[in-house]
Amino acid sequence: MSNNRTHPLANVDWLSVLIYVILVIFGWMNIYSAAVVEGHPNPCDISQEYGKQFLYMVISFFLCLMVLYMEGGFFNKFAPFLYGLFTLLLVLVLIIGKEVHGNKAWIQIGGFALQPAEFAKIGIGLLLAKYIANTKAKFNNWETRLWAGVIIGIPAALILLQPDVGSLLTFVAFIFVLYREGLSGNVLIIGLGGIVFGVTSVIAGHGRLNYPIFGEQSGVYLLMFIVFLIAIVLLVFSLNFVVPRSRKKVLWVLAISTVAVLMFSFSVSFLVDKVLKPHQKSRIYVTLGLEEKESEVETEGNEESAAEAAIVEKDDDPGYNARMAKIAVGNGGFLGQGFMQGPMTKNKYVPERWTDFIFSVVAEEWGFVGSVLLVGLYVFFIVKLINMAERQRSQFSRVYGYCVASIFFMHFLINVGMVIGLAPIIGIPLPFLSYGGSSLIGFSLLLFIFIRLDAERLSIFK
Amino acid sequence: MNLDARRITIIVIVCFIGITYVIRLFILQVASGKLADDARALTEEEIPMYPPRGVIYDRKGVPLVTNQTVYNLMVVPKKVKPFDTAAFCKLLTITKADIDKTFQRAKDRGEFHKPQLLVEQITPSDYAAISEQLYKYTGFFAESRTLRVYPQGIGALFLGDVGKISPKEYEQRKGDYTKQEYIGKSGIEKAYENELRGVKGINYAFRDNRGNIKEGANDKQDKPAVKGTDLICTIDAELQRYGEKLMQNKRGCIVAIEPKTGEILALVSAPTYDPNLLVGRIRGHNFNVLNNDPQKPLFNRATQAQYRPGSIFKLAQSIVALGTGAITPQTRIVCNRGIIGCHGSHSNDDLEMAIVHSCNPYFRGVMQRVVEADRDPSNRFRDARLGLSVWQDYIKRFGFGSDLHTDLPGVKTGLVPGVEFYDKWYGKEQWAFSTIYSLSIGEGEMQVTPLQMANMACILANKGWYVPPHSVKQIGVGGRPRDEFLVKYDLNIPTDYFTTVVNAMEKVLQPGGTAWRAAPKDIVVCGKTGTVQNAGGKEDHAVFVCFAPKDDPKIALAVYTENAGFGGTWSAPVATLLIEKYLNDSIAESSKAREKTILDANFLDR
Repeated sequence: MSNNRTHPLANVDWLSVLIYVILVIFGWMNIYSAAVVEGHPNPCDISQEYGKQFLYMVISFFLCLMVLYMEGGFFNKFAPFLYGLFTLLLVLVLIIGKEVHGNKAWIQIGGFALQPAEFAKIGIGLLLAKYIANTKAKFNNWETRLWAGVIIGIPAALILLQPDVGSLLTFVAFIFVLYREGLSGNVLIIGLGGIVFGVTSVIAGHGRLNYPIFGEQSGVYLLMFIVFLIAIVLLVFSLNFVVPRSRKKVLWVLAISTVAVLMFSFSVSFLVDKVLKPHQKSRIYVTLGLEEKESEVETEGNEESAAEAAIVEKDDDPGYNARMAKIAVGNGGFLGQGFMQGPMTKNKYVPERWTDFIFSVVAEEWGFVGSVLLVGLYVFFIVKLINMAERQRSQFSRVYGYCVASIFFMHFLINVGMVIGLAPIIGIPLPFLSYGGSSLIGFSLLLFIFIRLDAERLSIFK
Repeated sequence: MNLDARRITIIVIVCFIGITYVIRLFILQVASGKLADDARALTEEEIPMYPPRGVIYDRKGVPLVTNQTVYNLMVVPKKVKPFDTAAFCKLLTITKADIDKTFQRAKDRGEFHKPQLLVEQITPSDYAAISEQLYKYTGFFAESRTLRVYPQGIGALFLGDVGKISPKEYEQRKGDYTKQEYIGKSGIEKAYENELRGVKGINYAFRDNRGNIKEGANDKQDKPAVKGTDLICTIDAELQRYGEKLMQNKRGCIVAIEPKTGEILALVSAPTYDPNLLVGRIRGHNFNVLNNDPQKPLFNRATQAQYRPGSIFKLAQSIVALGTGAITPQTRIVCNRGIIGCHGSHSNDDLEMAIVHSCNPYFRGVMQRVVEADRDPSNRFRDARLGLSVWQDYIKRFGFGSDLHTDLPGVKTGLVPGVEFYDKWYGKEQWAFSTIYSLSIGEGEMQVTPLQMANMACILANKGWYVPPHSVKQIGVGGRPRDEFLVKYDLNIPTDYFTTVVNAMEKVLQPGGTAWRAAPKDIVVCGKTGTVQNAGGKEDHAVFVCFAPKDDPKIALAVYTENAGFGGTWSAPVATLLIEKYLNDSIAESSKAREKTILDANFLDR
């Protein structure tokens, strides 16, 4: 056991802190550029978003400092309590929450709004880490999988009730954690296969085909028919070429996976076609490029109509956000338009530009160079967090570290992907850069708890 | 199972995503410029800056057309907040219906967020009161424009007017004009549109997602507007004004040209109107009034009316006959009034006296000698065809049947009937000289414009050549006219022949001549009267062409007064008064009586 009386800030990973500070300040600059209004040039003007963000930065600073001075053991010990507290907030928000855009995601406290979902991740990370560390779970049996599922599932279910699909999606991050701790790699493969086949089904389901006998029906039936034909071919193939010894097993796998694929294909298509609301549906279609043509900015030959098309009411136009963000990104060029100089940003074409679409501001004003530097820094940061997690002696710290890295990764994946047109429009923030008190404070605590735990790694027995 | 290796898998996934995103960013930001073009199309607004049109001065530097600033009141319907409609309407002297109509139009066009024109062309004095109150009404603002103003109030049709570009003009000059732009519609404004309009400037601004324009935000270098080129026109303002005054209460026109240069000194079409009536908000109403006026004030008689020339045509006939060798100045023809009537007491004139007496049988004989010259002795029909071709060739040298290559827009060509015309009319070889002899005295199918008559006077003054009549003397103050107006058109007819005719014209204004009463003191005027008969029993048209002074002609004129009577009585005094005005700058006492007679005359009801 090392000396417990070493200075609390000894062994703190200052490089991580530096990256954090760079990201936060860079984010603040871009928020300022995106939100600055005439007559309020002071970046600390509390009546404006950038001023508020500054306030959140100060609050975060003190909270993070507090975390750094705390005992790492506290978080292990009180993990269930914190989990319970944040879960309670998720219940509370359903009762007293303020409804914005159809989501009950915010608790109004005076002039500020709290988004419990941003804090729930901390609770899940801590409790999941504690559970795995305590039980040495390898997720090779149903019991441990079930418990992990419950820990993640309760807050997830509460968030689904808001409903905040975006936040929910980031919970996929925990799959990486579970995978690292022993969950079969098949989960990842099935997940990937599911995404590929799900997308194919949605695309097939988007089309309408005129079938013989059945008349006009969803195109997904054709896909299912093709899958069925492939299964028959594989059946014939395996009957002839697979050695009799393993033939039975192969046939079972073939049968089960065929049924599974057919059912999956049908359900995805059914879900998208019949269950989702029209705007959700079209968001998916737009992301997949199925409906982009109709709402695409047509600039060929007629500049005026392009502007017209963009200026028309956008509430019913799910492609608008994606299109504007993409144009803003493209307008950045190689070196960017310069700080505070982005025409798409300054003229308010990109909606939500200081929150979810902050990356479009970065891309427009700092160009390819700035964007790549940011993406590189982010990737470097995530990889660094993974490596930091791996160097922990305590499994609790390692699992928690993976949670932190995975959550940042999911946010980065979805948020940047959305801005550059590789992911659906899902309203989640880019950690440290997007405007927002809950997200900045939540992500800061999430990170600094890990930095605290990491600082203590040498003083903990394996 | 070695779970530590899974770290590598996860790191690979993270890096894979990172690389994918970098590639995607490269595609969006570097590889293609399309998105940047889209961004420019969306965010950049090129605000056109309309330069003031060039000023038009008279030949002495008097401004005839200048500019004034007016204000258009615009509204962005989307930005309008509830306001005191009654007070607002009162301020602008409009009705609530006007506002509703504008809003409805914006709605129909899907332009609710765009500036709409509410009240057009508010004068500076009216605007002063409005601007003080305008801040109270959110969504309304004023835009300045320049309009034409005519300080002298003369030369309406000559100067022309400016109006919003028509769809047809827009199609013709696509790319050059916007749909909102103004363009010269007639007269000099139209003929010199390219010079007068100047060069539009561009103010680069930004347009935000709501369509608001933010000026000054865009760093891109603005393109300044260049003011239109000023013109010195050929008109003499005083002469023009006096001409318009003399033609008051009359239908007709005056064309005055400086013979040596082809410069149009005055171009009057009567009745005329104050060009200021067709400017600004009152334009629409006044245009309708003028357009429906039975006296047709908008019809430019000087360049567009095609009249039978009457007796003045005998001047050209004389030259043609001499030129073709059909007669000599000494040729005498008996005034046989059997076929064609005549007037006055004469019986066997030579050419000079025939002109002075305007002897119809003489000129019938003259033309007969030109046309029936036994070019084909076997058949008089074929002979007439050959003869008429010769005649037509000569007549056309005077510019008859052509637009004279003038710069004035909408000029009519008139008609010089030739072989083709009569073949069509009567059938091939179905006509002979006896069919068409009315031409010889300027009646029949012959049609000329007053501009052509004045040009003929120039040819006579110059004894054989002319410069195309034109309206602009200097493009840009101190500049030159268009190149084509520095070129002489020579008729290739010996000068001597003209001398004979000019001598005769001098006698027209001497005692015994048809216009001797109109002769001014101390100025030798050469002229010829005409009295053109009218179908339908209406009073004859009075025609007079002339130039002066005889030895060094400075001005040539054609005056055409519709339904006035004798040319010598009603048109010749107008011409000689103008000559006096132009050459002496004043009207002599001896001419005052004549002036009064003309001013008092009223032929509008005839």
